[in-house]
Amino acid sequence: MRKSKKIRTQKLGRFWNKFFSYAYLMLMSVVIIYPLLITVTSAFRTGNIMAFDLNLSGPWSLNNFTRLFNDTLYGTWYLNTLKVAGITMVIQVAAITLAGYAYSRYRFTGRKQSIKFFLIIQMVPTTAALTAFYVMGLLVGGLNSHWFLTLIYIGGGIPMNTWLMKGYFDTVPLELDESAKLDGAGHLRTFWQIILPLVKPMLAVQALWAFMGPFGEYMLARFLLRTPELYTLATGLQTFINNPRDQRVTLFAAGAILIAIPICSLFFYLQKHFVSGLTAGGTKG
Amino acid sequence: MENGDVNEKILSREERKQINKVACLSIIPGLGQFYNKQIIKGVIFIAIFFLLVCEMIFYGFEALQGLVSLGNIPREDHSLFLLIEGTIQVLIIVIYLIFMVAVMVDARKIAKKRIISPSTVTYSIKATAVSLYENGFPYLLTIPAYLVMILAIVFPVLVTIFIAFTNYNFHNIPPANLVDWVGFETFSSIFTLTTYRDTFFSVFSWTIIWTVAATTLQLIIGVFTALVLNQPHIRFNRFFGVIMLLPWAVPAFITILTFSNIFNPSVGAINTQVIPFFNQLIPFIDIPSISWKVDPFWTKIAIIMIQGWVGYPYIYVLTSGILQSIPKDWYEASVIDGASAIQKFRHITMPHIFAVAAPIFITQYTGNFNNFNLIYLFNEGGPGSIGSGAGSTDILISWIYKLTTGTSPQYNISAAVTLIISAIVITISMVIFSKTRAFEMED
Repeated sequence: MRKSKKIRTQKLGRFWNKFFSYAYLMLMSVVIIYPLLITVTSAFRTGNIMAFDLNLSGPWSLNNFTRLFNDTLYGTWYLNTLKVAGITMVIQVAAITLAGYAYSRYRFTGRKQSIKFFLIIQMVPTTAALTAFYVMGLLVGGLNSHWFLTLIYIGGGIPMNTWLMKGYFDTVPLELDESAKLDGAGHLRTFWQIILPLVKPMLAVQALWAFMGPFGEYMLARFLLRTPELYTLATGLQTFINNPRDQRVTLFAAGAILIAIPICSLFFYLQKHFVSGLTAGGTKG
Repeated sequence: MENGDVNEKILSREERKQINKVACLSIIPGLGQFYNKQIIKGVIFIAIFFLLVCEMIFYGFEALQGLVSLGNIPREDHSLFLLIEGTIQVLIIVIYLIFMVAVMVDARKIAKKRIISPSTVTYSIKATAVSLYENGFPYLLTIPAYLVMILAIVFPVLVTIFIAFTNYNFHNIPPANLVDWVGFETFSSIFTLTTYRDTFFSVFSWTIIWTVAATTLQLIIGVFTALVLNQPHIRFNRFFGVIMLLPWAVPAFITILTFSNIFNPSVGAINTQVIPFFNQLIPFIDIPSISWKVDPFWTKIAIIMIQGWVGYPYIYVLTSGILQSIPKDWYEASVIDGASAIQKFRHITMPHIFAVAAPIFITQYTGNFNNFNLIYLFNEGGPGSIGSGAGSTDILISWIYKLTTGTSPQYNISAAVTLIISAIVITISMVIFSKTRAFEMED
């Protein structure tokens, strides 16, 4: 008698648990999808609207996309961003991979001190050094140029990501290096042919992060780039929407979609490696 | 390290003296190596020393003098050039000092080796090159990272520190005017001049409230979502998982700008679509339009909610990974002991999440402390103004931006506030990192 009552309350509890779990998930889904759906649908709407709202009644057209490339500098901005992001990605990933490998595999004089240096310097909010960037840019001709911005992007990500990279290298067993050495492989060969292939997932994640950074960064781009022809996507798209009297929201939506689709695809393609990358660096000393 | 100490005790007094002599000789790099009879190394090191001496004579002393004076004649001396050149010189000297210490350590090590096991010390060109490659390889690997960091982080930080102690602002724009050292005047003016003091403290307190509220919100949503989705009985978890990740996958500036439009008080979707929908759905209530972006209070509420939306997926992904790594038998054992669901959560799940993710949680707080994008892209720090160029939702970083880019730029104030921010962020991170095990090395 008592046992069946216990089972019944358990069943009831499980029902409520399920009910609230699904209710929560549904609610979250709506909250997430609503603004995104608004953006997506607005991109295909015709006419000039002042603000976003969810309106599924059409009519639909691709007009906004053609206007985007014909009437605005969107294409230029896209190329600028690809250029800056691509260079940032290649140099940053190369630098952090080499340094991360050195810190993981070698015990050299000054290693501990320089690891501490990395840990402390990654706490410095570099973007806040606006005044310094301004003065430096003024003197080396870096204001209103892409190379200076790219340099800052590369440098800003190096300390933290070297640390994560080292953590990931640490998960590769040391026995592999030793047996490679026994077989007569030198430093470069061990690194390039034995260890590097094993950290490919982390390389992919780091590459994606380094690439996504310049797509989303606004403050430095806005601060250093003064002419619209040199804008990156974040600074360019903002001009569509920041003027209250001249809201080109449908153009903004169209431009946003063309950025979000490739980035989202890359993101979900590499997503399964994220967790291992995050926790490997975060927990191992 | 321990081995070295043991060896030192075995050495006779004479031998120890000799080792110290070598180290002393290395004040001029190379001499110690000559004493150790490593001629090639010695020549290289002394050449580097000679290069520095030349550099100092032809460029260095003048640069340092310039850094001290910051120029004497307006229009002829450009204070900023002098500041930058002086900073470069300071960096060169610091790097040289590190080099000198390394040379000393090397000389000492070789001298000791020569006494204990003379056969392992190399003298020939070929052997030196090989050992240089063997020992130098890790240094070679770190050079690119250091090069970029020095240019993009160390150098700007030094320049910021210097500027904070000058009077560089819109009154003193070189080359027409000279910039001068003013000591701690900039810092004290932030805390004593009423205009700056009031602005600084109200911006600062909102920065703290914003950081704590927004980050805690995103942590709660993230952890809770992970807990809900990782229950074994939930179906379609793959499908929901993808939806929950969307706010991370879409670049944040896009969603922030979208929200900025959606929250428009007169035409935005929240006021024209969402609130009317609720008014229709739920009988007997009538929520009026809310003055987002116009009323500071509601703007702040909106900003915090949006950060919850944008920031939780990272936490959710992290927590999901940790949840899957908790051994199943812990839970099974706790069930046998009669633990309730809440007890399981409090004593197994929670501690495990925090043990692994605490450092990353902290970086979320420091990240939001400097979350310029959300504050500036949503409403440009507005509405209104609370003096000294700051709007009512400005946080320290966006205030710095306004101080630097405004019509009457206050570069020195901005640099000083930057230093204050950095000090806060670094202190908090250091405390956390030293409490967690990040500083402990594996060897």
